[in-house]
Amino acid sequence: MSILVIAEHDNSNLKPATLNTVAAAKELNGEVHLLIAGNSCQSVADEATGVEGVSKILMSDNAAYENHLAESTANLIKSVAANYSHILAAATTFGKNVLPRLSALLDVQQISEITEVVSEDTFKRPIYAGSCIATVKSNDSIKVITVRATAFDPVNSSGGSASIENIDADNISDLTSFVGEEIAQSDRPELTAAGIVISGGRGMQSGDNFHLLEAIADKLGAAVGASRAAVDAGFVPNDYQVGQTGKIVAPDLYIAVGISGAIQHLAGMKDSKVIVAINKDEDAPIFQVADYGLVADLFNALPELSEQL
Amino acid sequence: MKILVPIKRVVDYNVKVRPLGDQSDVDLNNVKMAMNPFCEIAVEEAVRLKEAGTASEVVAVTVGKSDSQEQLRTALALGADRAILAETDSLLEPLAIAKVLSKVIEEESPQLVILGKQAIDGDNNQTGQMLAAMLNYSQATFASEVVIDGDSASVTREIDGGLQTIKVSLPAVITTDLRLNEPRYASLPNIMKAKKKELDVKPVGEMGVDINNRMELLSVELPASRQEGIKVESVEELVGKLKEEAKVIS
Repeated sequence: MSILVIAEHDNSNLKPATLNTVAAAKELNGEVHLLIAGNSCQSVADEATGVEGVSKILMSDNAAYENHLAESTANLIKSVAANYSHILAAATTFGKNVLPRLSALLDVQQISEITEVVSEDTFKRPIYAGSCIATVKSNDSIKVITVRATAFDPVNSSGGSASIENIDADNISDLTSFVGEEIAQSDRPELTAAGIVISGGRGMQSGDNFHLLEAIADKLGAAVGASRAAVDAGFVPNDYQVGQTGKIVAPDLYIAVGISGAIQHLAGMKDSKVIVAINKDEDAPIFQVADYGLVADLFNALPELSEQL
Repeated sequence: MKILVPIKRVVDYNVKVRPLGDQSDVDLNNVKMAMNPFCEIAVEEAVRLKEAGTASEVVAVTVGKSDSQEQLRTALALGADRAILAETDSLLEPLAIAKVLSKVIEEESPQLVILGKQAIDGDNNQTGQMLAAMLNYSQATFASEVVIDGDSASVTREIDGGLQTIKVSLPAVITTDLRLNEPRYASLPNIMKAKKKELDVKPVGEMGVDINNRMELLSVELPASRQEGIKVESVEELVGKLKEEAKVIS
């Protein structure tokens, strides 16, 4: 039995979620291969040879794979799929875009966003914004799976000794072309990989007020997130959103500020190790999941917190 | 240009869903149902394209039981011109739903298919991408802006690091993200008018599509609950607890 993990990368470095996905793949007790499709991506393949638990890297280096568009990427994965019992990718916007397309090409029913491997064909996954956990068994011959990265501890990125095999591009599609990208530049850690996250909600009242959170984030080495309400109100960009349809985070410490705690937000952060809630409404549902709740006006509490750190 | 909008009837987003007593499935007895919120955004986008003169017809379609007609009527009240129910009593998986939809699309030949990126019941986020693959259409998922330009569309997508813009050739499948638009509410006159609009019912059993499920649901349980926390009285006490008790900051 061999398992293929689709690496996520920016043509220079592996994205951390790949290491969590390899961890899920290792639980399936087979040989784990890693597919890297990109453009001038040799450095990614070299880096990946060190990933713990991976025995082989399949690299397809072609200009068509530069921007990881779904059509060509899914066709490439399909060309090697018959060699594998399981094909996994992280449940990021990359994995969610490409893997269902692959599933349909292979005529299999994908298993989305697993949080636990029960056996080689049985998995747990959250449904209804995490209100319930379903245990599902797949009867397809190839299991196509997306993995919730926060549910699996990452494997080591070094110490391994995988070989690299070059594979040809296959069935490149011209249906879609890349136009441009606006990627947020930040010195703070990436939201899904940060050890501490501080998030603001509607209670922040404006985007300008997020500097109160940023000041604390910089002292703690934390990432800054937001609730859907704050994103919809235009306080911060979409890539800040934590929740059912945004990013799923599970840091050591999550500080929710001015966030009421709708189930859709809780779905994105309730697996955090320690949760702090600061809200002036003592009946806010966020307090039901908080380890430490502080009923206070955030405009008083945040400067005070910043001072004491 | 004809736009096809697949929609789904789901549990209302305000309902907290729980497992059945025997944990065999979720308990959907007497819960409020509604159109999936991402589908409302899809209907809105299609209707706006029609109002702008870009689209000539908007067709809403769903795959499900007879009671899904309720959500199709909502789509008609929001501005869709006609509706199709691909009727089945079975609960289909996304792969099977995409197969049924691709049959409908073969007959309807729309230039654009707009649907929600995910349904808030199964949280699968699959149907649009699968449909695009089956039809060999281009796909633009998680859209926050759509601009039609002749025989292609420029779509801005919400991706993890920010925004990405791609150009897709038509026909294409677009899936909606939250920021694409703010859906309107149906007015009473439009709700009344919607009752007279055309709604075709096509039995899935007569489509010749393999709708067998590939997965078995073994059980449904509640997630592990968190231990009840405490309220602190001051910022000072909070910082003390985080340093000495939780040991998450130093």
